[in-house]
Amino acid sequence: MPAFPKKWLWVVLILAFGVPLLQPILPDAVSNYRLFLVSTMIIAAIAVLGLNLLTGFNGQISLGHGAFYAVGAYTAAILMDKLDVPYYATLPAAAVVCFAVGYLFGLPALKLEGHYLALATFALALAVPQILKYKWLEDLTGGVQGIVLSKPEVPFGLPLNEDQWLYYYCLVTMIVLFWAANNMLNSRSGRAMMAIRDHYMAADTMGINTARYKTVTFGISAAYTGIAGALSASAIAFVAPDSFNLFLSIKFLIGLVVGGVGSLTGSVVGGIFYVLVDNSAQAISTFIKNDLGLQFDISAYTIFGVLLILLMYLMPQGIVGGVYVLVRRFRRG
Amino acid sequence: MEQLLEQVASGLANGAIYACVALALVMIYVSTDHLNFAQGEMAMFSTYISWQLMAWGVSFWLAFILTIAISFVLGVIIERAILRPLHNAPVLSVVVVFIGLLAICNSMAGAIWSYLIKEYPSPFPKATFGVAGVIGPHQLGVVIVTLIVLTLLFLFFRYTPLGLAMRAAAQNPQMARLVGVRVDWMLALGWGLAAAVGSVAGMMVAHIVYLDPNMMSGILLYAFAGALIGGIGNPGGAVVGGFIVGVLENMVAYAGNMIEKTTGIYIIGNGEKLTVALIIVIFVLTVKPAGLFGRVVVKRV
Amino acid sequence: MKSSRRSFVAGASAAALSGKAAFAQNKYEDGVSDTEIRIGNTNPYSGPASAYAAIGKTIDAYFKSVNEAGGINGRKVKFISMDDGYVPSKTVEVVREMVESAKIFALFQPLGTPCNNAIQKYMNTRKVPQLFVATGASKWGDPANFPWTMGYQPDYHTEAVIYARHALATVKDAKIGVLSQNDDYGRDYVGGLKEGLGKEVGRIVRSVTFEATDPTVDSQIIQLKDSGANVFMNFSGPKAAAQGIRKAADLHWKPVHYLNNISASVAAVMKPAGYENAQGIITAAYLMDATDAQWSDHAEMKTWSAWMDKWMPGANKADANHIYAYGVSFLMTETLKRCGSELTRANLMKQAAGFQKFRVPLLLPGINVSTSPTDFYPIQAVQLERFKGETWDLFGDIMHAESS
Repeated sequence: MPAFPKKWLWVVLILAFGVPLLQPILPDAVSNYRLFLVSTMIIAAIAVLGLNLLTGFNGQISLGHGAFYAVGAYTAAILMDKLDVPYYATLPAAAVVCFAVGYLFGLPALKLEGHYLALATFALALAVPQILKYKWLEDLTGGVQGIVLSKPEVPFGLPLNEDQWLYYYCLVTMIVLFWAANNMLNSRSGRAMMAIRDHYMAADTMGINTARYKTVTFGISAAYTGIAGALSASAIAFVAPDSFNLFLSIKFLIGLVVGGVGSLTGSVVGGIFYVLVDNSAQAISTFIKNDLGLQFDISAYTIFGVLLILLMYLMPQGIVGGVYVLVRRFRRG
Repeated sequence: MEQLLEQVASGLANGAIYACVALALVMIYVSTDHLNFAQGEMAMFSTYISWQLMAWGVSFWLAFILTIAISFVLGVIIERAILRPLHNAPVLSVVVVFIGLLAICNSMAGAIWSYLIKEYPSPFPKATFGVAGVIGPHQLGVVIVTLIVLTLLFLFFRYTPLGLAMRAAAQNPQMARLVGVRVDWMLALGWGLAAAVGSVAGMMVAHIVYLDPNMMSGILLYAFAGALIGGIGNPGGAVVGGFIVGVLENMVAYAGNMIEKTTGIYIIGNGEKLTVALIIVIFVLTVKPAGLFGRVVVKRV
Repeated sequence: MKSSRRSFVAGASAAALSGKAAFAQNKYEDGVSDTEIRIGNTNPYSGPASAYAAIGKTIDAYFKSVNEAGGINGRKVKFISMDDGYVPSKTVEVVREMVESAKIFALFQPLGTPCNNAIQKYMNTRKVPQLFVATGASKWGDPANFPWTMGYQPDYHTEAVIYARHALATVKDAKIGVLSQNDDYGRDYVGGLKEGLGKEVGRIVRSVTFEATDPTVDSQIIQLKDSGANVFMNFSGPKAAAQGIRKAADLHWKPVHYLNNISASVAAVMKPAGYENAQGIITAAYLMDATDAQWSDHAEMKTWSAWMDKWMPGANKADANHIYAYGVSFLMTETLKRCGSELTRANLMKQAAGFQKFRVPLLLPGINVSTSPTDFYPIQAVQLERFKGETWDLFGDIMHAESS
């Protein structure tokens, strides 16, 4: 899939850094809530990127990335709550912990393929909330109650409010992580990763250490998603087992597929979609109820389902793939 | 000792539920090569249809047969209308469509019939036998019905031309087309059959877990595990796998209970029983990657 | 009291004069205008807890009926209810949207303990009322630390204390087996039970949990029976409760059975579980049950029933959530009414904390709403009842909890 054009990348970056500063001039258009919403999109984009590294670039499916997200979030929360670690230091910690968990999980996963891997990862997503509630860990994790945290404070007396700072904090993290992922994918290792996805046996024959690449990719992928989890702990300022149910993992998968499998830009689109789909489904549902005056109650969940099917119908390759096809057709025509 | 017996019996009874749903999962896998995540919700929706029929005064077995027929038609329609256009889409995109279907079935059932749990009748005569209440007539009935469905499917896929054609269409569409099998219709039939089997599962399960729109969400995972441990392409294996998962889960709880009783230390309990059972299942799968009864498929390059 | 009377006068004169000068005396905050009051809400319209969606829908219908009757002091209520799927992180997102973007005046009946946990700090920092929350956790009445959060129903903790005391008083040589959902709500009950037992806490011979996703609780009931318990504390939601009642009967296990009141519905639990299996079960109630024949001639029940026919045609009247939501909406409407034209958030909390023995329809006879600046638990009384035939049979006195 094509890379995002460089020229436009700069425009987007300048906008991303500049627009929040317009808040004093346009208080309604650049509200704190919207910044918060964009921050959650950024966090989702990082999580989807993590999944994309594994599924999109290495060909291993995961229905359980919510588990790594939860581990990252809880690592950050416990460090902040019990050890008073500053919030920015929780990101590397979450990355290390999740890498270890992902790597270890990747070892048995080597033996599993396709549906079996799907089951194993699904089980992981199911197990993590249970483990968080486990009796002997309760002192640490807060059990079913969860942990209430504080929002990141604005450092160095910068003239920003909490939401603006949170936004920049997430944005910079995302840029660093995407830059790193891009470099990795364009390196020798990245090509090896993709070779394993495209033709396992050929890659193996060519002397690529497939087992090591697969497990390390699992670790890196988990670390990315874990960092997203740690960011979310700061952004939401609360962690509880209920936040990390099975559907979270499913939604990451949806974000991945709708954005574009095997595309960095697709991960960003997926993150945006992850947040927007709920809001738009809800808006459509209310619109049908209030403005069209339909008696039968069409819930947001129904609309969500219909939206997914329609999207896959129109763009089976995801939004990025779909746009690419359109652009090409347009240029040719 | 009494507890052990009761736990095994209850595990077998639950296992019958998982086996039933696992069978439906295998059905769709055998005939379309997909794992349908919406299977559970479709079965739940079918069960509501049968409930509605009975509420209108239809007798159980008539409603049972009508529902199977309706579900079959609905399955075919879903395949033709929703999945047919996605024939060449990547697998993951199809998975997303399944999730969309799941959301629609679940929320529509809630909107039409409300989220309140409903009692669902058992067609089997009320009687107690054996050790007091260890296994009820309904549980036994579920096992029998599951075995009947299994036998019918086995005969269908093994001996009828249509069944053979369906298998061929799923496993190698190009070749099947070359020998004159109408592949697209075979897939639609597969969907219809899977929906029908699913509806049987739903109508058997609903008496035990009560009918509500979320009744299948928990069961689907167990069924998934059961189908995989038995070998995903093998209906008999799926049934055995379902029973294994059901008993295994209760045994984990039982073991945890015993450990706590004898040593006084809490290690595993009901919160962890599913997790531990799944870990065991996954461990087995790493040793026997094709499932207990599956055959290893050799891929030619 | 004094200031509220003044605001009442101001409201009256505003209505009388309907001039610009009079409106100038009205005090408004975000979400309020001369014609509208915006009230926010979160509810799980999707996901595993979607049975509670009936509450959000009933509140919505209730405010529509209030609006049709002229609104509250001439202002229409705009009720914005958003789906959080019972996921706390989602609750934070939608609540921020409602507070900061949709500019709601107050958040009313947000549902779920973890969901309310996630937003409590935020609401109190922003000083936006988080009023009459839809959870029975005991932590919502803490005005010293969280002056913008107020509970509504009798809390789970107190309810369990009552069961514990009753069991100790009436069952000889009680050996208690506990079934509870492995989450906040189950934990609250178990905590209350232990507190109620006090020194006798060793009487709990076995405590088992289940997950909301478990297809059945058969395995747990077997363990409880095996423990030799003669008292069964059943702290589970409707589905698991019905399964538990039936399984206990199937196993011929006949303990003294206490059932938490969220699962006390005749139609949704007792009937599916089988009347013959449910005889003698004890619960603590504070609401009337629409499916219980003894209330069918009660005036409030008739009003409610007619209201349901008109505003929620097709809804299942057996669902206790409709009764619950109807009552709490009535209380909210009254609270807003009492604010007069001084529609400030501080005044709303003040009015909410100023109820004295106020009658909310469909509460059991003798149970009222009472609050004060230090008492943020509106309903604190329950009465025990025992299942007999096909209805609940009230017995004993109304019990007032001393939870706060």
